[in-house]
Amino acid sequence: MFALLDPASMSETPSGAARARYWRKNLSWLGGLLSVWFIVSYGCGILFVDQLDKIRIPGTGFKLGFWFAQQGSIYVFLVLIAIYVLAMNRLDRELLGEEGDDA
Amino acid sequence: MHSLLSNNVYLAAMDPVQKWTLGIAVLTFAFYIGIAIWAKAKSTGEFYIAGKGVPSVANGMATAADWMSAASFIGMAGIISFAGRDGARYLMGWTGGYVLLALLLAPYLRRFGKFTVPDFIGDRYYSNIARLVAVVCAIFVSFTYVCGQMQGVGIVFARFLKVDAEAGVLIGMGLVFFYAVMGGMKGITYTQVAQYCVLIFAFTVPAIFIAIQMTGNPIPQLGFGGEYKDSGMYLLDRLDGLSTELGFGNYTEGQKGTFDMFCITAALMLGTAGLPHVIVRFYTVKKVKAARTSAFWALLFIAILYTVAPAVAVFARSNLLDTVSNKPYAEMPSWFKNWEETDLIVFDDKNGDGIIQYTGRTDKNAAELPDLEMNELTVNRDIMVLANPEIAKLPNWVVGLVAAGGLAAALSTAAGLLLVISTAVAHDLVKKTIKPDLSEKKELLLARIAAGGAVVVAGYFGMNPPDYVAAVVAFAFGLAASSFFPAIILGIFWKRANLPGVVTGMVVGLLFTAGYIVYFKFLNKAAGEDEWWLGISPEGIGTFGMIINFVLAIGISLATKPPPPEVQHLVDRVRFPRKAFVDEENE
Repeated sequence: MFALLDPASMSETPSGAARARYWRKNLSWLGGLLSVWFIVSYGCGILFVDQLDKIRIPGTGFKLGFWFAQQGSIYVFLVLIAIYVLAMNRLDRELLGEEGDDA
Repeated sequence: MHSLLSNNVYLAAMDPVQKWTLGIAVLTFAFYIGIAIWAKAKSTGEFYIAGKGVPSVANGMATAADWMSAASFIGMAGIISFAGRDGARYLMGWTGGYVLLALLLAPYLRRFGKFTVPDFIGDRYYSNIARLVAVVCAIFVSFTYVCGQMQGVGIVFARFLKVDAEAGVLIGMGLVFFYAVMGGMKGITYTQVAQYCVLIFAFTVPAIFIAIQMTGNPIPQLGFGGEYKDSGMYLLDRLDGLSTELGFGNYTEGQKGTFDMFCITAALMLGTAGLPHVIVRFYTVKKVKAARTSAFWALLFIAILYTVAPAVAVFARSNLLDTVSNKPYAEMPSWFKNWEETDLIVFDDKNGDGIIQYTGRTDKNAAELPDLEMNELTVNRDIMVLANPEIAKLPNWVVGLVAAGGLAAALSTAAGLLLVISTAVAHDLVKKTIKPDLSEKKELLLARIAAGGAVVVAGYFGMNPPDYVAAVVAFAFGLAASSFFPAIILGIFWKRANLPGVVTGMVVGLLFTAGYIVYFKFLNKAAGEDEWWLGISPEGIGTFGMIINFVLAIGISLATKPPPPEVQHLVDRVRFPRKAFVDEENE
């Protein structure tokens, strides 16, 4: 994944094209993560909650829609932020090289 | 009345719960003050943003405490236990907003790297007018929110220490005054770390005890999906049964309209993301990377309370129904009588049989407005978390611990808000707009005076509160959603956004939302749900305010001149790591 960066240019400022790529990738990560965010909270927790409530999580008293609304969505949110942190750290390294620290 | 007695007589007259509460409260207060003295702020940088020296785990904890207010700790589980599944609007709204904050705002604003949200708005929209509008919005939102905290402090004191709610608010004011005014952001951050520990311990310990009592499972998040005391019946099914039997409707089913739920949840989410006192927390870490990481830590720490809260709601509701419903009034336990003294539980024996008829029958909206003809018991939603350990007959020290946790939640949030208000006045208003040659020493003094003034005003509103704790806070979210959120998002993601567009959007969005809320909550209290516009409750109207804001901001921006080139450059600097510009800076 670091093939994007020519080793010789590691210490130099990234080009305008590299910056444009960085921003595009940033936006597509945001788009993907926020789609999941919307589906889980507004989709599972509000819009389709009654349909999901017809299903029960096996071995528990939870109806699936109720569980998503009061538990599941929060767990998913946490995972989304974790993925975002890792993805952005990687994007920063792609742009700036290994020691790319964003002061 | 107690003040007439000497201290010893007063102590002797206290019941064990009061002694534990007083002991734990005094101990935690002393701890907070100790930390504040240790972390005294010496410069404006330390006062506003703790000198950018806070590690990300600590910042995550402080953010969690800052953000989990009296509404989260005292109010939320109680609301859920009365609203059932619909209570999810608070759970998803407040945590989902965090995702927006972490992904769309925090890293960029940290990279911008100044003190406040109005700083960003002022620079991005190249105008002191924009800055002023942002300052007014910040102060307005923060005041609304801080009043709810003070009210929460009053409730805890009134019930557990049997002092007047007014005296409770005064004590809380004094404490916050001390460490916010002296320590600034640095003091507040480290006291918030301590307060997070106190509040999360206080919230989870009783929940674990009750989970074991009721389901045999020590993990509350799993326990409330388990079986009730070997009855072979799931706790949730049992609660559904009890609720329908009493005419309240199924606990696990929604009562609110889907559209209204959608709007309220959205208003809470967007408002969370736009709250200035939460955003400013991300200015306190060293690097952008740390801002992202601390957003993760913060949500992790928040999620612990937020996933336990719905379990607490189910436990509390079940226990309440089991304890009071169709039982003789004379046999009620002492907690019932204690809460009656504060008028937060009211029993009116309408048919004179001495038995408590607690029912929602013959009224569609049972959870919110119990039928006045048949129902004999009114329980204030805000007491559920505080009363829960007593209802479950847990040891006295646990009850005291919960009270201290509620205080920690309220005080930590109040302190963060006061800081925003004082920064808005001293930095954004005076230093940046009125008197730019103000020395740092004078600015620091002014910030402290402003924080002091804000404490007094907040205390007044805490003593004369407009509505339920959580409801008041919900308004602050609606107002934040309709003013800040679009201005910041457009500022980062759309270079074309300009001054006339964004300022008009903020002003109209805020006025529209505030107007709707004021009309239905203060001017025309009698107006029922059928008078709401499109069926949107005042809590959810912020979503529409936000849409209006976006539409105006985009439309007017396109119709007027694009922002100057240096602003476009500023947007680039917010979007990319600083090292991506080393060369261009010298161009």
